[in-house]
Amino acid sequence: MSVVVEQVTRRFSPGGSPAVSDVSFHAPTGAITSLLGPSGAGKSTLLRLIAGLEAPDAGRVHIDGVDCTRQPVQQRGVGVVFQSYALFRHMTVRENIAFGLEVRRLPRAETEARVDEMLRLVQLEALGHRYPGQLSGGQRQRVAFARALAIRPRVLLLDEPFGALDTRVREELREWLHALHSRTGLTTLLVTHDQEEALEISQHVVVMSEGRVAQAGAPEDIYNHPASPFVASFIGGASVLRGRVQAGKAEVGSLALDVPAAAREGEAVHAFVRPHDIKLARHEVSTPGPQPVTGRVARLKAVGGFVKVLLALPSGDEITVQVSRSEFDALGLTEGDAVRADVLSASVFVGDYAI
Amino acid sequence: MFAPSTPMARRQARTLGGSPLLRWALIAVALVFLGVFLFVPLVAVFTFAFQKGSAGYLAAVSHPEARSAILLTLTAAGIAVPLNLVFGLAAAWLLSRFRFPGRALLLTLIDLPFSVSPVIAGLIFVLLFGRQGWLGPWLAEWDLHVIFAVPGIVLATVFITLPFVVREVLPVMQAQGSDEEEAALTLGAGGWRTFLRVTLPKVKWGVLYGVILCNARAMGEFGAVSVVSGHVRGVTTTLPLHAEILYNEYDFTGAFAVASLLTLLALVTLVLKKYVEWRSEAS
Amino acid sequence: MSSPHRVLPGFRLSLGFTWAYVGLLVLIPLSSLVLKTVSLSWPQFWDTVTAPRALAAYRLSFLASFAAALINVVFGLLVAWVLVRYRFPGRSLVESLVDLPFALPTAVAGLTLTTLFSAKGWYGQHLEALGLKVAYSSLGVAVALTFIGLPFVVRTVQPVLEDIDADVEEAAATLGATPWQTFSRVLFPAVLPALLSGFTLAFARALGEYGSVVFISGNMPMRTEIVPLLIVTKLEQYDYAGATAIAVVMLVASFLLLLVVNLLQRWSHRRLETRPGT
Repeated sequence: MSVVVEQVTRRFSPGGSPAVSDVSFHAPTGAITSLLGPSGAGKSTLLRLIAGLEAPDAGRVHIDGVDCTRQPVQQRGVGVVFQSYALFRHMTVRENIAFGLEVRRLPRAETEARVDEMLRLVQLEALGHRYPGQLSGGQRQRVAFARALAIRPRVLLLDEPFGALDTRVREELREWLHALHSRTGLTTLLVTHDQEEALEISQHVVVMSEGRVAQAGAPEDIYNHPASPFVASFIGGASVLRGRVQAGKAEVGSLALDVPAAAREGEAVHAFVRPHDIKLARHEVSTPGPQPVTGRVARLKAVGGFVKVLLALPSGDEITVQVSRSEFDALGLTEGDAVRADVLSASVFVGDYAI
Repeated sequence: MFAPSTPMARRQARTLGGSPLLRWALIAVALVFLGVFLFVPLVAVFTFAFQKGSAGYLAAVSHPEARSAILLTLTAAGIAVPLNLVFGLAAAWLLSRFRFPGRALLLTLIDLPFSVSPVIAGLIFVLLFGRQGWLGPWLAEWDLHVIFAVPGIVLATVFITLPFVVREVLPVMQAQGSDEEEAALTLGAGGWRTFLRVTLPKVKWGVLYGVILCNARAMGEFGAVSVVSGHVRGVTTTLPLHAEILYNEYDFTGAFAVASLLTLLALVTLVLKKYVEWRSEAS
Repeated sequence: MSSPHRVLPGFRLSLGFTWAYVGLLVLIPLSSLVLKTVSLSWPQFWDTVTAPRALAAYRLSFLASFAAALINVVFGLLVAWVLVRYRFPGRSLVESLVDLPFALPTAVAGLTLTTLFSAKGWYGQHLEALGLKVAYSSLGVAVALTFIGLPFVVRTVQPVLEDIDADVEEAAATLGATPWQTFSRVLFPAVLPALLSGFTLAFARALGEYGSVVFISGNMPMRTEIVPLLIVTKLEQYDYAGATAIAVVMLVASFLLLLVVNLLQRWSHRRLETRPGT
């Protein structure tokens, strides 16, 4: 039950900039595919196009190898979990779950059995006769899942399903979704702006920016080999260092990094460095290591089990470094100290960096 | 985006009743219905009022009896609105800030003028102050006239419009809570100063809204006033009663000229109401 | 929300003033009605309220008010739908105009509708040709009451309809519901309590209405005489006892309706209650 999107474009006002522009991607059968991007990237619109809630201006949508671009939403057999849950407030939990079966005129006994099965699946057996208004946020969320799954959809579409919940419930439900997916094996598309969520539960990630696909691939690939400055900056909370190409190397601060093949001598470059890809040492202790940078500790932020160190570099750039608590204690850093930073890995791109 | 901020227009194509044919058919039926019942009558009032030209119109509205009707209407509203404004503020403060025994009963009594027929509102004052009423003999002894006189009209008007200000101010006061009042008290402000400087500015649009509706009803009331008025021409006739008298005497142009004044009042009321809604949403 | 604390000033003052005002203006006048009722003998009361003329008036008031409220349910839902769902030229004008029956003195409505629907009026001449007599008939009573009750349904249904997120309709569509199923099974049940409240409010208002009806009804006893008019007629004949007896019947009817509205609101509240903090 793969989903294939081919060169889909959708604009909301004629002549305006498209919300989704010439997007193609493939969501593999049985996997969770995340559509990841900042708000306004067009990922929800893309999901609505796949669901049939929007019609594309150009391009095609295939589900399970069949072109369903012109198929009405009622017949697509997609299960959608809305960000707002969109539960029917005047119906009980049972009635909500049964709705899709009743409009399909399933026999009553079968409907009842399916509703029971769904209630068990989402662990809400005891709450079938409550109204949505009488449930907690996490419970409503699970009702929305049960309602979408009851119609035995070909694919499951989730629009920021955990967006409205607090952190603890989010994490619980993430685990729960993972378990649910391993049981059902349903092809799932998940829209999220939370990179951690996307990298954690999906097998395939499509990063979107300004209506286009910025990069698609396995989570590790995207994390380790960002294809563009946007992806590098959006994922992993990286710091930016600016510099120029000198003698075939990117001179960034006091670093010399490998450059992309296309770079010419003297050209502006910038590098993205992740907080945990830097190793700190006290300046006076001179350890032989690759490409040292010296800087001054501008600010320290203790966040639970680790410490974020904000380093001010001589070039004026600032980088964030993440150090474990034990490492931090061993270093004995205070604000104002001079330190040397060893960059373990960085992504370098040609051109000046502008947000 | 699925987010609720998505403009409705974007979604029209996919939501119910979104097909253009159905949409325009429904709009057309609604507009025809509202046209027949609201718009045409509105136009008709002014058309009928000017049937004999502007000279006839001016003659009708400047007739001494019309003038005294205008004066009486303004008097009744001029007494009823300020009284009910003060009452409305006091009652809204009481009901929104305190829990006390008898609160539910008080709310019911305040709503009562809304739920009884205007005719019954007139009747209760006749039973109280009329010649055969409970206080009738006593009033006759002192030669005081309430029923078939101006005081009766004012009383009936105050009764009918009693709930208007409270009903608009109470929900606003409830919604805003009393944090700011408490803050003012901790800063050393006294009760009156807190009310005038903190509470009143917060609820001013609600107050204004209530005053506008209260005034419209006070000037336009017919049933209750009709019962207690006695229809003494030029003495106890308000504008609506004057229009009725002219109509019953087959002076249609005169009746509609007077009616047009009341219609203008209604239009001004609607415009002010819209303005207040707009301002209170903006703030 | 306020709690039962009395740190805030003005409790005694506002309590005293409010009760005094309500006592003088509502409680005392109303008790005159109660006292008068109690002073009636039972046969006197019963004969008055079951006289054929009174029965005819109840029948007309009830049926015309019911018909008017029903018309307002149908068109009120339609108008609310159109105002909430569609953008069209003149929409904000229509939006304001809906409140006209609240703002326009009822006497003006009565005069105007009577003139429009009379045999030579703008509407009446065409309706007469079709054999429909509106002015000075019970049909006219229903027309006037429809005008009076129009905003009630629109204004109670409108906020509920606005509150229904487009997501809910889309969810129904993804579950396979046709547009008609979405309307009849999702949207209509959601607005039903508001619709019933609006109906009851319009009905209650119509029962008590006087100003607009006296002009258009023609006021023929047994034929086009509504209950409030019967009270006025008795008062004009100085039959205070008779007027009071009929008024008590009306009061009981409107309190029953008020009770219905309250029960309806409680019912829909209970169904849609939101857990605090979620």
